[in-house]
Amino acid sequence: MAEETLKVPTMAELTAAGESPEILFWVGCAGSFDDRAKKITRAFVSILNKLDVKFAVLGTEESCTGDPAKRAGNEFLFQVQAMTNIQVLNGYNIKKIVTTCPHCFNTLKNEYPELGGNYDVIHHTQFLQELINQGKLKFKGGAFKGKKITFHDPCYLGRGNNEYEAPRELLEKLDADLAEMKHCRAKGLCCGAGGAQMFKEAEKGNKEVNIERTEEALEVNPDIIATGCPFCNTMMTDGVKNFNKEGSVKVFDLAELVMEAQDV
Amino acid sequence: MGISNILFIVLLAGAAFLFYRNFGKIVRNIKLGKDLDRSDQSDVRWKTMARVALGQSKMVTRPIAGILHILVYIGFVIINIEILEIVLDGVLGTHRVFAGFLGDFYVTFINLFEILALLVLLACAVFLIRRNIVKIERFWKPEMKGWPASDANYILFIEILLMSAFLIMNAADTVLMNIPYEDISATSLAHYGETGLVNPSFVVSDFLIGWLPNDPNTLAFIERACWWFHIVGIFAFLNYLVISKHLHILLAFPNTYFSNLYPKGRFDNLASVKKEVEMMFDPSIDPYATPPADENPAPVTFGAKDVSDLTWKQLMDAYTCTECGRCTSVCPANLTGKLLSPRKIMMDTRDRITEVGNNLDKNGPDFKDEKLLVHDYISAEELWACTTCNACTDACPVNIDPLSIIVDLRRYLVMEQSAAPAELNGMFTNIENNGAPWQFSMADRLNWKDEN
Ligand code: SF4
Ligand code: SF4
Repeated sequence: MAEETLKVPTMAELTAAGESPEILFWVGCAGSFDDRAKKITRAFVSILNKLDVKFAVLGTEESCTGDPAKRAGNEFLFQVQAMTNIQVLNGYNIKKIVTTCPHCFNTLKNEYPELGGNYDVIHHTQFLQELINQGKLKFKGGAFKGKKITFHDPCYLGRGNNEYEAPRELLEKLDADLAEMKHCRAKGLCCGAGGAQMFKEAEKGNKEVNIERTEEALEVNPDIIATGCPFCNTMMTDGVKNFNKEGSVKVFDLAELVMEAQDV
Repeated sequence: MGISNILFIVLLAGAAFLFYRNFGKIVRNIKLGKDLDRSDQSDVRWKTMARVALGQSKMVTRPIAGILHILVYIGFVIINIEILEIVLDGVLGTHRVFAGFLGDFYVTFINLFEILALLVLLACAVFLIRRNIVKIERFWKPEMKGWPASDANYILFIEILLMSAFLIMNAADTVLMNIPYEDISATSLAHYGETGLVNPSFVVSDFLIGWLPNDPNTLAFIERACWWFHIVGIFAFLNYLVISKHLHILLAFPNTYFSNLYPKGRFDNLASVKKEVEMMFDPSIDPYATPPADENPAPVTFGAKDVSDLTWKQLMDAYTCTECGRCTSVCPANLTGKLLSPRKIMMDTRDRITEVGNNLDKNGPDFKDEKLLVHDYISAEELWACTTCNACTDACPVNIDPLSIIVDLRRYLVMEQSAAPAELNGMFTNIENNGAPWQFSMADRLNWKDEN
C-alpha cells in the first residue's frame, strides 16, 4: 500500500469551523487499536477521501459502544458506555453514522435508541453500496479478474440485521468469481469471536470455531476470503495461518478490496 | 342409550377434564414468568404465525425431514375431522353418522383420509428409522438420553398404531357393510347395513380385507376393538401431550405469534439497570432521597438466576421446544465439542419450570427449594461458550430464542455473582478505565490516521 496522507476531520474540528459532516464515521475499538483492523479503517477513509465524502470521526471522544460488555452480560457497563456516547453524539447533533464494525453497527442501530440515541446507522458495505447507486463510487473493472473470492457473513450483519446483499453486490463489482461456502447467508457459521469470545480463551472442546469456519472457507479453494468485520478478519486470518495457507489465501475486508478496485 | 354410549361419554368427559386441568397448570407455570409486552403489530404477528407455524416455512430448510413432517402434520389435522364423526357416533350411538348426509362424497372423504393415514404411517416409520437405525447425530446428543429419546419414539409408535387401527377398522367395516341387509337385519349387526352407503369400498383398507377372518361376528369385534382403540388412543394422546415435547403441536401457534420481531442482533436493555444508570447521569436526581412510597420494594435481581426471573415468553419457548436439535446442530460451540447445546438450555428451562410448578402444587406458594436454573441445571461453562451468533434462533422451526436465556443467565453471573471469567473481568476493567476492551489509552484513538 502506497504511503498516503489521509484527511480525517474530527467532530471537534468541524464544529469549531462551524461545519457539520454528512455522516459520522464510527471507527470502533478494533478499527482504532488493532493493527490489522487499522488498515481497514485507513482503506475505508481512503475511499471516502477520494470521493470527497464529507465525514468526520469523534477521534479521542469516541469510546467503546459497550457491545462486548453487553454480550458478556455486563448490562450495567454497557448502559454506562451507551449513555456516555449518546451524550457526545447528541451534543454534536449527529444524524447519520457509518461504521466498519458490525458489532458497533448493531449496537448503535438497535440498542441505543431506547437509551436516547436515535441515529440512522449503516454498515460500511451498505454505505459503499449507496455510493455506487449514487454513481459516485466507480470501479476500474477487471481488478480482481480470475480471482476466486468467498464471503464470510459476519453474524451481526447477516443474521443479526438481515444484510446479506450489500457485501455481495460489492463483490460482484470486483469482477471476481464469487464462491459461496456450504454455510452462507442466514446459515453462515460464526467465526468464533462474537459474544465476547474474542476476549477470552474458548471453553473446553475439540476444535476452535475459527478453524472449523476456515476449513469451510478453504473447501471452496479461494484466493481471497472477504469479510466485513474486524473480528471476523482476525479469526479468519489466524485460521488461514493455522493451515499454513497465508501465502496463497488472503483475508481482506470489503473496504480494502473496494479501495484496490476503485476507479479514481 | 346403551352402556357403550355412557362409557364413551364418561371417557370423553374424563379426558377433556384431565387435559383441561393439566394444560391449565402449564398456562399457570408460563404466567410465573416476568411481564413482557408482545401485543404490538398484530398483523405482522398473524402473518408470522401463518408462515412459520401453519406453513412450516422453517421446516423445509431440511427437505427430507421437512416434507415428511408436513405430511404427518397435514395428515394429523385432516384425520382429526374423522374424529368428529367418531365422537358423534360414540355419543349418539350411531354408526358412521356422516354417511347419511354426505352420500357418495362420504366415500371420497374416507378415501382421502385413508391415503393420508397411510402416508402418515410411512412417514412415522421413516422417522423411527432415522432416529434409531440411521442414528442421525442431532438425536443422539447427551441431553437426549433416557426420557427424551423414548418420548420421541413413543409418539411415533402411537401414531403408527392409531393409523393402523383406523385402517383395520375400515377394512372390517367394509366387509360388514357389504353383507346383504336381509342377512343381518334381524341380528345385532343390523346397523352395519344401515349407513346408506351402497357397496362401499375404500382405497387403502381394501388391501387389508384379505388378511381378516370371514366370520361377521369376529369382524364386528375387530371393527369395534379398533374403533375403541383409535378413540381411546386419541384421548390418551391428548393427555400425553402435556408431559411431552409433542406439546409443540399446540404451542407452536401462540409461540410463533409472540415471536421476537426486532432484528435478531438486538438484545433488550434491562430496565432495572437503566433506572440506576439514568440516576448516575442525571444530576437532578438525589440518589439518597427516599423512594416514592408506591415503589415496589421487592429487591430486583439483575439478570436471571431461576425460571421466575425469565419472561413468560421464554417459558413458553421452553414448553414449545420439540427437542428437534436443529439449533444444536448449527451451534458453533456445540459443533466444536463444547458443552453448550441450545436445545439443552430449553430442556433444562422446561424441566425446571415444571419442577417449580409441581412444588407449588405440593407445598404451596411459600415453598422454596434450594435449586436454581443456573448452576443446578445450566452450568457456567455452557453459558460462557456461546458466541451469541443467533444460529440457533435462526434454525428453530418454532422461533424459540435460546440465546436470550443464555444472556439473561450470564447477566446474573456477571452482575449478581461477579463470576465472569477472569479475562472478561479484565476486558470490563479496560472499558471502564479507557473506553476500549484492550489496554489502550483513549488519547491514542486517532493514531491510525498517521500510521501506515
Ligand atoms: S447463539 Fe450461542 S447457543 Fe445459539 S447457536 Fe450461537 S453459540 Fe450456539
Ligand atoms: S429450540 Fe427449536 S430448534 Fe432447538 S430443539 Fe427446540 S424446537 Fe428444535
